[in-house]
Amino acid sequence: MARSNKPILWLPFAGGGLVAALIMPVLILITGVLVPLGVLHLHYETIAAVAHNPVGKLVLLGALALPAWHAAHRLRMTAHDLGLGGGIFVKAGCYGTAGLLTFTAALALILI
Amino acid sequence: MSETITLEVLRYHPETDSEPHFRSYTVPYKDEWVVLDALNHIKDNLDATLSYRWSCHMAVCGSCGMMINNEPKLSCHAFLRDYRGGVIRVEPLDHFPIERDLVIVMDSFMDKLSGVKPYLIPKEDRPLAEGEYLQSPAELNTFHRYTQCINCVLCYAACPQIGLNEDFVGPAALALAHRYNLDSRDGGRDARAEVVASNEGVWECTFVGACSQVCPKQVDPAAAIQQIKISASVDWLKNLLTPGGYR
Amino acid sequence: MSRRPYVRKVERSWWLRRPRYVLYMIRELTSLFVGLYCALLVVGLVRLAQGPAPWDGFVAAFSSPLGVAVQLLCLVFAIYHSVTWFALTPKAMPLMMKGEPVPGAVIVGAHYVAWAAVSAIVLIGAGV
Ligand code: SF4
Ligand code: FES
Repeated sequence: MARSNKPILWLPFAGGGLVAALIMPVLILITGVLVPLGVLHLHYETIAAVAHNPVGKLVLLGALALPAWHAAHRLRMTAHDLGLGGGIFVKAGCYGTAGLLTFTAALALILI
Repeated sequence: MSETITLEVLRYHPETDSEPHFRSYTVPYKDEWVVLDALNHIKDNLDATLSYRWSCHMAVCGSCGMMINNEPKLSCHAFLRDYRGGVIRVEPLDHFPIERDLVIVMDSFMDKLSGVKPYLIPKEDRPLAEGEYLQSPAELNTFHRYTQCINCVLCYAACPQIGLNEDFVGPAALALAHRYNLDSRDGGRDARAEVVASNEGVWECTFVGACSQVCPKQVDPAAAIQQIKISASVDWLKNLLTPGGYR
Repeated sequence: MSRRPYVRKVERSWWLRRPRYVLYMIRELTSLFVGLYCALLVVGLVRLAQGPAPWDGFVAAFSSPLGVAVQLLCLVFAIYHSVTWFALTPKAMPLMMKGEPVPGAVIVGAHYVAWAAVSAIVLIGAGV
């Protein structure tokens, strides 16, 4: 047996799990409850200003990409739990989606 | 008539049965009896062919583990009074082959246990004349709970990942590896990592946490495994950044 | 006596056999909703990059009944993820102070404080 390279998947899983646990509920509270109720307004200028700021870009990328990798890894393990196999399709589907989301988010942030 | 309680026991005889089947036994109910007492009553008075393991009758030897109403338990630690008014289903521990009746084949566990090198591998060889390796109470405290394991393998019966992949090293063996890794006198972490941090080691664990919930000795193998994941990840990062690391 | 060990098969529905396994499976399936919400936010980011009008359309879609329903579902699972994640932190990151382990409740409590602080900062940043 040899040491595994799993940390490359596990570290983003664990980091993303913590990030998701800390910020996801409040984000959904804002976009899914407070904005629809009219308590808050997400003006283009405010959000775009955050996305223009270099630090803001990094924070946004981390807040989106890390939970995506967290979800991808957990879903893949759960597919295995459910007997759906750890086959190449499950892996490609999970990590591929996370990769695509990360790439798209990074591209959008660069172009803004 | 005095009170009785019914046990449904999974029976399997390798020479006459093609597959296991339940047999019902009615035994006297006593407040102070445990399931093991009921099994002993069956063996002594009702059916001498019933096979099961036990020795100490006091949660020390770790040999009497069984599925009791679908939960891995030490049968010497499961009181009839907790099942009063119902039927008690007794089966051999999940995830292990059945040798006969309630006796399981434990060879796989023994191999996994010895595979993690569960013994002190001293950091440096010292002549006897230099005296003993000293350890402070605080140092002992870091790993003491992981020394409490009695190898009852209830945690293996509780762990779904063992059921899904029989090669997974599993809770008790990994907890014991962690016990030696944390020992201030030990220098064997790298040697153990070849198994502990392999694909069949901690990475098969999805932190279900069932092992720690069923452990009769509060060993908390789930905690040990997560801590190994973190330290193995740190090792992996270090190796990435230093040429000529462990690979 | 000849040996003929009997191997029992694990069924696909193993996780339905015990409440603790069902709870575990719910915890794992929170990832579906965490991932879904992430994907929706990435769409929002793309809309943001496209300009004010697409962005306003995105916000309107998020505030539509369907958008709200999907997000409320995500919220329930996101909170379940947070609670279960924090509950397990003392096991993964035990702390020792003066040779004694720090009680698990303290470590979990610290995470709840951090959760509240992060939520407050985000809410203030969003203009509450
Ligand atoms: S860790 Fe606990 S449940 Fe597992 S073998 Fe040891 S004593 Fe038994
Ligand atoms: S008989 Fe020894 S632990 Fe139960």
